Amino acid sequence: MRRWFRNAWGKPRFLILFTLAYFAWSIVPILVAVRFSFNEGRSRSTAQGWSTRWYWDDPDLSVRNDPDLIGALVQSLTLAAIAVAVTVPLGVALAVGLTRWRGRLATASRFGSMVPLVTPEIVMGVALLLVFVHVFEFIPLGTEAQAIGHVTFSIAFVLIIVRGRLLSIGPEYEEAARDLGASPLQSLRLALFPMLVPAVVASAIIVFAISMDDFVVSNYLSAGAATDTVPVKIYSQGRTAPTPALNALASLTLGVTVVIALVLFVVWRLVRRRRGVEEPTAEAFAA
Amino acid sequence: MSEPGRRGRRRRGALLWPGLALPGIVWLCLFFLVPFYVVLGVAFGTVDPLFLTPQPEWNPLRWDPQAFEFVWAGLQSGGGFRTVFLRTLAYVVIAVALSLLIAYPVAYYVARFGGRFRGLLLAGLVAPFLISYLMRMLAWINLLQDDGWVNAVLVWAHVLDAPRTWLDGRASSVILGLVYGYVPFMILPLYAFLDRVDRSLLEAARDLGASRFHAFRLVTWPLSKPAVLAGCVIIALPMFGDYYTPDLLSGSPNTSLLGNQIDLYIRGGQQVPVGAALVVCLMLLLAVFMAYYLYATSRAERRLGR
Repeated sequence: MRRWFRNAWGKPRFLILFTLAYFAWSIVPILVAVRFSFNEGRSRSTAQGWSTRWYWDDPDLSVRNDPDLIGALVQSLTLAAIAVAVTVPLGVALAVGLTRWRGRLATASRFGSMVPLVTPEIVMGVALLLVFVHVFEFIPLGTEAQAIGHVTFSIAFVLIIVRGRLLSIGPEYEEAARDLGASPLQSLRLALFPMLVPAVVASAIIVFAISMDDFVVSNYLSAGAATDTVPVKIYSQGRTAPTPALNALASLTLGVTVVIALVLFVVWRLVRRRRGVEEPTAEAFAA
Repeated sequence: MSEPGRRGRRRRGALLWPGLALPGIVWLCLFFLVPFYVVLGVAFGTVDPLFLTPQPEWNPLRWDPQAFEFVWAGLQSGGGFRTVFLRTLAYVVIAVALSLLIAYPVAYYVARFGGRFRGLLLAGLVAPFLISYLMRMLAWINLLQDDGWVNAVLVWAHVLDAPRTWLDGRASSVILGLVYGYVPFMILPLYAFLDRVDRSLLEAARDLGASRFHAFRLVTWPLSKPAVLAGCVIIALPMFGDYYTPDLLSGSPNTSLLGNQIDLYIRGGQQVPVGAALVVCLMLLLAVFMAYYLYATSRAERRLGR
């Protein structure tokens, strides 16, 4: 047994076991939570048969029939859709502008736009809450404020992904287009943007995922139960929920997130193949 | 093309780039910079004596440091903030150290030995990013209940004689939650770095007689130190502001962290300036780490951009 572990040139057995253990530890709790969402009984900590009661059948308490629960899922998806629709164009334009624009002001803006990435969420949540309460009073708490918050913390992610792509493309293609007589805008539209499509799709995946994941900003900017997102619901009911309906809501949200992310991922693969470019996926997520 | 024409072209370009960046910059100024100033204004402001609502003070010349004095007093020995601050520091240090112990071997294995399973392994590393943090905490709430599976397994294996209450003020549960929640955010950047380490360096070390362990200690580890530091920073930053993990996995004042105090004062109503002052202190505390991380990423980016 010892020799099996110590074999210096063979496979690193300890690392294999460790990695497998990690994956088990990381996935099993989620599977258990999903399992309990199919409980027939009310327990959220022991297995009690199988049913879709908490998803569909229960007349009052199931996700389908409890407006509080289904509303949270709708709110989460609404915010994620708005975040993707606003952040991606805003972030791509910012990335292109900041990358190609030279000068001291550009360097400062580049640095400044990355600060949200490293700001703890609670700082952003509190700051946005106070600004909407004391200064931008015309923007009500709730969906509007939450959407603005989601866009604000997502921009930096788009910036990283698109900037990485821009730096690896280099300015040559646009310069070639310009030398062939294209206007600056034409060189952007015809030469650069087609090459950015994979990065744009990757940004959309990331923004969607982090918007669905967000808790702190949605929590601080929520205007009450009607604008609570799924994570906020989990936070407020996690300890007290009387039935596995909360598990069902969380599992359903997970399913929807995975399906949408997979669809976007397939799109990304397709455009990437058509454009024939390599993209550092892991780094995009690592950000 | 003639010189004046060229210059004209350049000028138009010179306006195009800032123009493209402008909407994003304006957005960040309005919803990132301005809010920060509002936090300062509230922290240095007063509270309406009648309605107990915060009265922000916009003029720095009239700033009132009362809230900061309150925080400072709490940080003296025996003060409430001191305990919370030291507890936060301890939890974060322990959780980051544990995360590193887990993240490094996993990232190392996937990067170096993933082989034909690499795609699958990578999907496994990315999966937690699609599962919301709160759902992952919910999973542990289910498991750690008195009649939950953790107790069942531990009693069955005779580790415990009787089920234990895990979800009421236990530091170990909160730290478990922090590690479980944040470790994926450390594995991925580590993986991205270790994947780029030049294998010929390792082969050279092995050819020169280094054991696998020595090659790791003398080549890979020193090379990966900046990535390790960046990984530690990127998970320590959100941990310092975390309030939901202790709320969900403990809910007891015995495990209250800095984030819980901020949450309490901001939403508690009567002393919002104290909450804002705590946010300012947190930012000052973390500024060094944030600056380091930004510096490290911009250096990596410069390498990418030739």
